[in-house]
Amino acid sequence: MAETLTQKENFLKGIIKDNPVFVMLLGMCPALGVTSSAFNGLGMGMATLFVLLMSNIVVSLIKKQIPSKVRIPAFIIVIASFVTIVEMVLEAFIPFLYEQLGIFIPLIVVNCLILGRAEAFASKNNLFSSIVDALGMGIGFTIALTALGAVREILGSGSIFDFRFVSEDASTFILFILPPGAFIALAYLSVLFNKASKTN
Amino acid sequence: MSKKESTFLNMTMTLLVITIAAGVSLGFINDITKGPKAKAKLERKVNALKQVLPEFNNNPVEQVKLIKSDKAKDSIEVYSGMMDDKPIGTAVIGSSEKGYSGLVKIMIGFNPDGSIKNIVVLEQKETPGLGTKMKSDKFLRQFRGKKPSEFNLKPKKDGGDVDALTGATITTRAFGEATQMAYDVFVETNQSKN
Amino acid sequence: MDYIIILIAAVFVNNIVLSQFLGICPFLGVSNKVSTSVGMSGAVLFVMTIATLATYLLHQFVLVPSGLDYLRTITFILVIAALVQMVEIILKKVSPPLYQALGVFLPLITTNCAVLGVAILALGLESGSLLKAVFFAIANSIGFALALIVFASIREQLELAELPKGMKGVPINLLVAGLLSLAFLGFTGLV
Repeated sequence: MAETLTQKENFLKGIIKDNPVFVMLLGMCPALGVTSSAFNGLGMGMATLFVLLMSNIVVSLIKKQIPSKVRIPAFIIVIASFVTIVEMVLEAFIPFLYEQLGIFIPLIVVNCLILGRAEAFASKNNLFSSIVDALGMGIGFTIALTALGAVREILGSGSIFDFRFVSEDASTFILFILPPGAFIALAYLSVLFNKASKTN
Repeated sequence: MSKKESTFLNMTMTLLVITIAAGVSLGFINDITKGPKAKAKLERKVNALKQVLPEFNNNPVEQVKLIKSDKAKDSIEVYSGMMDDKPIGTAVIGSSEKGYSGLVKIMIGFNPDGSIKNIVVLEQKETPGLGTKMKSDKFLRQFRGKKPSEFNLKPKKDGGDVDALTGATITTRAFGEATQMAYDVFVETNQSKN
Repeated sequence: MDYIIILIAAVFVNNIVLSQFLGICPFLGVSNKVSTSVGMSGAVLFVMTIATLATYLLHQFVLVPSGLDYLRTITFILVIAALVQMVEIILKKVSPPLYQALGVFLPLITTNCAVLGVAILALGLESGSLLKAVFFAIANSIGFALALIVFASIREQLELAELPKGMKGVPINLLVAGLLSLAFLGFTGLV
């Protein structure tokens, strides 16, 4: 590790320079799959943030105890456990979100973002840095998903966070809540993001 | 940074410890969430009953009738609503596994004459924006007041009377099947009462 | 008859990549050449089918009877990870040329959301039919292969096209994927 980042840089990289969705192309499946509304995007982002944070913490704490050869299975067990906790808690306390996110909740476990951070960062850095890294990446991920969800919801359903600003029978660009719309919306958002982050 | 050596013993022990720790914590959380999960399910049922039946003052949930049927995996739940001990409607939970993404579970409230008072969707995992529109008033209102004995629950495409959901014919079919199941059970229980 | 519907639904109507958004990482990552896409599709077919078989049985005979359904996610992913390791080892020994062709993709498949996704989706099919679940897995991997190979052939052409600077790379790929998805959307009325 040649350069060490300040904690501020550590945090911000997850949001702009190394944004999981727009730059590193990690977590694409949920990014496209659950962003038919801003609320869903936000919910998924937060669920992922929770798992990322907890797994980074645990991995960073026990990194010295894990023999190198079994580290991937070990990480997977840790990550899968937190995903299962999220599953159970959502089903019990926020059933609406649980239903909306559906199959993508268990799929958080294969979100390359989380395994990626465990392997690339948490297993090599101290607890505090790992927490900051998780927060930065998780928030960057959440922002990306919420933005995508908002765009698709505004264009596709005429509402934002379920607040309709168009009458119920009005025609909207339904395309955007359908699969093709997800790809297209993400494509253009990526272009915008790249333009915006280059001027920084 | 000194890591443990990757000896067979170390590897096995580490994985074992982590697995046990995971198992214990998950079992613990499962116990904590079991209660709220069941409570949430019950609340949904009661809310659904209130929406599909006219006003009632008995306790349908406690007096639920379970009908075994070869059309469904679990027993079918039948709830009788009563106002001052006079029956004012029956709610039946119909289901179909033939939705786009599997299970579609709905609660149908029948008036004593067999017409549908209202339908509430209990469980579904259909495509957002397409199949999930089965919950919309626009789709559901075509069923209200109709008698399944006269109103064919298949989509118009299949020769029935139902205006299918745009781009979600499979969902519409599953919905119709679930409703039909509920109606058949309703007729059965009504006949056995007489 | 049911099987035909499962096949058509999985490959066209409900395409695992273009409608259900599972398997996007390899879809965007491996599809720059048609040859690598074919290799990846083969590996996915292999793993997805065996994995679904294993997880379906695990679910029906172990998890459900002992009320441990909440351990579904964690056991499934461990089964998949273990299976991938095993397949790698067996393939190396039994058929070195096949290993050469598919081997490099195998580790990537563990985190392929399509495999775990299909394993979980298979649980929603009519219960008790292992045959249907396996068929479902095969059908979905055919759908994956179709999407991947078509996309790769388009991408190979795209390399030669002139594009505005901001659109190069990820954005244009996503856009093409969107158009592909739109085309497949046309299949919705089929079943």
